[in-house]
Amino acid sequence: MESQFLINTSLYVLFLPLLGFVVTLLLGKKVKSIYLFENLVLILTFIASVLILYNKLVNFPDSKIVSEVEWFGFANTPLFGDISIKLGIMIDNITAMMLFVVALISMLVHLYSIAYMKGDERYNRYFAYLGIFTFSMNGIVLTHNILMMYIFWELVGLSSYLLIGFWFEKKSASDAGKKAFIVNRVGDLGMFAGILILFFTYRTFSFEEIFNSISAGVLPFNSTFWLSVTGILLFCGAIGKSAQFPLHVWLPDAMEGPTPVSALIHAATMVAAGVYLVIRIFGLLTADAMLFIAVIGMISSFIPATIALTQNDIKKVLAYSTISQLGYMIMALGVGAYQFAFFHLVTHAFFKAALFLGSGSVIHAMHHEQDIRYMGGLRKKMPLTYWTFVISSLAIAGIPLTSGFLSKDGILASSLAFANLTGHWLFPITGFLVALLTAFYMFRLIIITFHGEPKDHHKFEHAHESPFVMVMPLVVLATLSVFIWYTPNPINADQGWVLSKWIEKPVLHTPVETRFDFMKPDTEATPENEPIMYSTIYTEAMHHAHYPAMFISLFVAISGILLAFVFYHWKKVNVDALTERIKPLYTFSLNKWYFDELYDKTFVSGTLLLSRALGWFDLKIIDGIVNGAAAATKSLSFFIGNFDRIVIDGFVNLTAYLSGFFGLLFRRIQTGKVQTYIVLVIFSIVILLFIFR
Amino acid sequence: MTNFPILSLITFLPILGMIVVLLIPKKQELAIKSLTIVITAVQVVLAIILLMNYNYSLGGINDIKSFQFIEKFRWIEITGFSWIGKIKIDYFLGVDGLSMPMVLLTAIVTFIASISSWTIDKSLKGYFAMFLLLDTGMMGVFVALDFFLFYVFWELMLLPMYFLIGIWGGPRREYAAIKFFLYTLLGSVLILLVMIGLYFSSMETLADGTRVFTFNMLEMMNPANYTTGGILSPLNPNNLRFIAYIGLFIGFAIKIPMFPFHTWLPDAHVEAPTAISVILAGVLLKMGTYGILRISYPIFPEITKQLVWYIALFGMINIIYGAFCAMAQKDFKKLIAYSSVSHMGYVMLGMAALNTMGISGAILQMFNHGTITAMLFLIVGVIYDRAHIRDLDSFGGLGKQMPVYTGFVTVAFFAAIGLPGLSGFISEALVFLGGFGNDITRVLAVISTLGILLGAGYMLWTLQRVFLGPLNEKWSSLKDMDFREYAMLVPLSIIIIFLGVYPGPMLSLMNSSVNTMVEFIEKAQAFYQTLGSL
Repeated sequence: MESQFLINTSLYVLFLPLLGFVVTLLLGKKVKSIYLFENLVLILTFIASVLILYNKLVNFPDSKIVSEVEWFGFANTPLFGDISIKLGIMIDNITAMMLFVVALISMLVHLYSIAYMKGDERYNRYFAYLGIFTFSMNGIVLTHNILMMYIFWELVGLSSYLLIGFWFEKKSASDAGKKAFIVNRVGDLGMFAGILILFFTYRTFSFEEIFNSISAGVLPFNSTFWLSVTGILLFCGAIGKSAQFPLHVWLPDAMEGPTPVSALIHAATMVAAGVYLVIRIFGLLTADAMLFIAVIGMISSFIPATIALTQNDIKKVLAYSTISQLGYMIMALGVGAYQFAFFHLVTHAFFKAALFLGSGSVIHAMHHEQDIRYMGGLRKKMPLTYWTFVISSLAIAGIPLTSGFLSKDGILASSLAFANLTGHWLFPITGFLVALLTAFYMFRLIIITFHGEPKDHHKFEHAHESPFVMVMPLVVLATLSVFIWYTPNPINADQGWVLSKWIEKPVLHTPVETRFDFMKPDTEATPENEPIMYSTIYTEAMHHAHYPAMFISLFVAISGILLAFVFYHWKKVNVDALTERIKPLYTFSLNKWYFDELYDKTFVSGTLLLSRALGWFDLKIIDGIVNGAAAATKSLSFFIGNFDRIVIDGFVNLTAYLSGFFGLLFRRIQTGKVQTYIVLVIFSIVILLFIFR
Repeated sequence: MTNFPILSLITFLPILGMIVVLLIPKKQELAIKSLTIVITAVQVVLAIILLMNYNYSLGGINDIKSFQFIEKFRWIEITGFSWIGKIKIDYFLGVDGLSMPMVLLTAIVTFIASISSWTIDKSLKGYFAMFLLLDTGMMGVFVALDFFLFYVFWELMLLPMYFLIGIWGGPRREYAAIKFFLYTLLGSVLILLVMIGLYFSSMETLADGTRVFTFNMLEMMNPANYTTGGILSPLNPNNLRFIAYIGLFIGFAIKIPMFPFHTWLPDAHVEAPTAISVILAGVLLKMGTYGILRISYPIFPEITKQLVWYIALFGMINIIYGAFCAMAQKDFKKLIAYSSVSHMGYVMLGMAALNTMGISGAILQMFNHGTITAMLFLIVGVIYDRAHIRDLDSFGGLGKQMPVYTGFVTVAFFAAIGLPGLSGFISEALVFLGGFGNDITRVLAVISTLGILLGAGYMLWTLQRVFLGPLNEKWSSLKDMDFREYAMLVPLSIIIIFLGVYPGPMLSLMNSSVNTMVEFIEKAQAFYQTLGSL
C-alpha cells in the first residue's frame, strides 16, 4: 500500500464535505431533497476515514506521512530570502484516529438530524452548515502547519457561529453566536501572536520544521523565556476554542443551537480542537508553559463542575460537564499525560455525543422542553434513550467496564504521579473532587429526567421513543463507550492497543533545562527526535500511582452516584431545605459564578463606553476642529470683508467724498467773473508776500 | 502590442465616452447609461489585456527600463527663461507591480459602480459625464510617472467628485462636498509645494547632454540628480527635505484618510450616492497610500526610514480608533465609512514594515479593501434603496425576509472581519507578519491585532442588529435582490473568495516591484547617509 493512497484518501475526507456544503447551499432552495446528498457525502467521508485509520495503523504504524505544496511565496526578498508558505497534510496515528472520530460522529449527527430537524424552514441550509463544519474540522485535524491550523480554526469558528445562531429569529440565539465568535477571537489573538513569533523565528509554519529548529537550539529571541511565552500564547487559542477558564463563558450559551449541533461541535469535536492543538504543539512546551496549561485545565475542570450541580436545563448541565471534562484533558497535557489526554478526548467524544444526542431525543420527545423540572419518569417511555444515556453517564462518571473509566483513571493517576514528583498536590485533589461532582450531577440529571413521576403530564403523554435514525446513533455511541474497543483489560488500558500501539509517545524538542525534571532523559545518549521524554522515575511514579488513583476514583465515582440517589431518588435528604441552608453557595453556582455579569460590567461595557466616548471625541473634537477651522476662516473672511468694505473702501469713498466736498466748496469761488479772480489773486499775493517776507 | 498606447487608451477612453455622452440628447437616458457601462467594461477588458501581457519579473519603481507599457514624449516645452533655462514636462505613463493591481482595481470598481449608477434619475447626463471624467482622473493617477502629470490627474479627479457628491448626494450634500473639496485641496496644495520644490532641486540629463529641471519621478529618485543648491536637495544643509516629506505625507494622508485628517470621509460617504461611495472607498482612498508608496518612499527613502515608527503608529491608531468609532455609529453607511478608516490602517502598518511581506500585504490590502468595501457600500445601497433609511436600530430580522441578500452580506462582513478563506485575511496576516518582522514596528503590530477583535465586534453586532432577531414587521414587504444587484455583488464575491483561497497570482504580480522597492530603500538610505556626512 502506497502512502500516497493515504494522502489521496485524506483529500477526499477533507473536500467531500466542502462539496456537500457548496451543493447543498446553492441548490437548497430549489431541490428539497438535496440534504440527502449531504448525508451521502458524509457516509462516503466516513468510509474514507475508516480506510485511512485501517491503512495507517496496519501499514504505517510508526511513520508520519507528510505531503505539502506551495500555496504562495515571495521569491528573492531582500531581507529574508525566499519565503514559501505551504499547504500540507500530515497523517500520524493521532490524525487518523481523530479523523475517524470526527467523521463518525459527524455522520451520525447528520443522520440523527434528518429526523430531529424535520420540518425546519431552513432544513437544507442546516445540512450545508454541517458540511462546512466537517470540512473545517477535518482541516484542523489533517494540517501539518500552524497557519493552516489557524485558518481552519477560524473556519470552524464561522460554522459554529452559523449553527449556534441557526434559529436567528431568537435574540438569545443570535447573541450566543456572536458571543461565541468574539470570545473565541480573544483567544485567537493570543494564538495569532504566537504564530507571529514562530514565523518570525523559524520562517516556516510547519510543525515538523519548527520542532527540528528547536531541537537544533534555535529559540524565539534567543531565550527560553520567549519559548515558554510562545507556548502559552498558542495555548490561548485552545483556551478559547476548548472553552477553558477564563474564556469558558461562550460554551453554555452555545446551547442555543440545535441539539445535534451541540453534540457534534460543542461537545465531541470542535471544542476538543483546543486539546488537539496542544497535542500538536506539545513538542515545544517548556515546563513553565506546561504548568500554566495544567493550572488552567484544573481551574476549568473545577468551576463548571460546581455550576453543573444546580442547573436545570438538561443541555446546560451537559455543557458545563463538557468544559469540565475538557479541563481534565488540558490538565492532563499540562502534567505530561499526553497519551491519556488524547485517549480521554476520544472516549469523551463518544460518550458526550451520546449524552447530547440522548438529551436531544428527550427534548424532541418533550416538544422542545429543556427544563428537567418538567420531566421525570421518561425511563419507561424511552427505554433506548434511557439506557444509552445511563451507559454514557457511567462512562463520564468513570465506572469500570466503560471507556471513561480507563481514560479518566489514566489522567488522575498521572496527576497523582505528577504531584508526587513535583509537589503540586492540588492537581490530583481537584481531579478527584471533580470526579465526585461529575458522578453526582450526572446521576442527578438522570434521576430527575428519567426516574420518578412525570411533572408535566400533558407532555409526558405525548412523549415517545424517537425514530430509528435518532436512536441508532445513540446505540452506536453508547456501544463505543464500553472498554472492549480500547483494551482487553477492563481496569487498565496501558497494555491495550490504543495506548500501547496507536497513540505514539510524544517527542519533546525543548531544551533539556527547560523541562520538568522527570521529563529529562536518563542518559545523554538518547538520540534526537526519538520519543524519549519520560525518565524511569516517572514510569515508576506512574506505576505507583495507578492503583491508588483507581481506587480513589472508583470510590468517589460510586459515592457521587450514591449521593445522587440519596438526594433525588430515595429522597433521604431534603434537597430544598439543604439548598435553603447553603443559599449563598447555591445562588453563586446557579448564577454560574457571575462570570457573565462580571464580563458584561467590565469588558463589554468598557468597550462600548470607550467606543461611544471616541465616537463623541471624533464628532465633537476632531471634526469640531475641522469645522472650527472652517468657521474661523469664515469669520476672518467676514471680518476682512467688512474691513475691506468699511475701512479700505471707506477710505476710497472718503477720498471721493472729500474731493467732492472741496469741489463743491471751490465751485462757489469759481464764479467766472474776471474781477473776482483778480481780487483773489491780489489778495493771495499779499498774503504770500506777508508770509515770505 | 508594444507600441500600442494601451495606457493612454485605458486612461482617456472615459473622456472620449464623456464627450459622446455630452452629445447624446438628454432624453436618451438608456443610451447614456449603457454607454457608460460599456466603456467601463471595455476598461476592464483593457486591464485584463494589460495583465495578460504583463511581465512579472520586471521590478519598476525607480528604473525606467523595467516599467512596462511605457509612453513617454514631450508634453510641454517652454524655452527662453534665462534664469530657469528650459521648462520641460513629459507625458510619461507606465506601470509596474505597484500600479498594476491599482489599475485592475480601478477598472473593476468603476465597472461595478457604473452598474450601481443605473438607478440615478436626476440630471442623468451630467452625472454620467462627471462619472467618466472622474474615471479618467483615477486611472491617470495610477499610471502617471511624471509628477506634474500625476498632479494634473490628481486634481482632475477632485472636481467631478465635488459635483457628484454636491449635486447627487443626500440631504447634507453641500456641506459634505465642500468639506471634501477643501480638505483634499489643502492636501493638493501641500503636494504642489513639494512638487515645485523637488522640481527646482533635481535635474535630468537630456539626450543632447543638456541638464534641465525635471518633473520626472524616476529622476527625482536618483540622489545624483540633485543640484547642490537645490532647496530639497540632500546636499542642502537646512534639511528642508524633512519638512517637505511631512508636507507631502499629510497631503497623501488626507486621502487615506489618516487620523486626525479623516473626518471628511464619514460625511462624504454618508451623503454620496451609493456608486460614488463605492468609488470613493474602493479607489480614491488608495490614491493616498499609493502616492506614499510611489512618491514619498522612493524620493525620500532616508526620511522614510527614519519615520517608519510614526507611520506604523498612525496605522495602529487608524486601526483601533477607527474600529471604536465604527462601533459607536448608528448609521449603517457611517459605520462602513469608519470601518474603512480602520482597514486603511492596516495598509499603513504594512507599508511601515519596509519588508517584502509587509509591503505586499499593504498593496494586497489596498486591493482587497477596495473590493470588500465596495461590496459593503453596495450592500448598504441595496437596503437603502428599499427602506430609504440606514438607521441600524430600525431594522432587524432581514435574514428571514431577504435570505440571499443576507448571504452576500455574510460573505462581505466576514471578509471585512478577516475570516480565512476570504481575501481580507491574507492581506491582514501578511501585514502583521511583515510588521512583526521589523523590530521597529513589532510592538505596534502586536497591539494592532486588537483590530481583528474589535472588527469582529462591530461587524457581528451590525449583522445581528440588521439581519438577525425577529423580523421587524415594517419590512415584511422588502424584496430580495434583483438581477442588477446580483451583477454587482457576484463578481465581487468571486474575487474576494478567489484571492482568499489563492492569493498567489496577485502576490507574484507585485513581488518584483516590492522587492525592488525594499532593496532600493535599504540601499538608498546608506547612500544618503554618506551624502549627509560630506
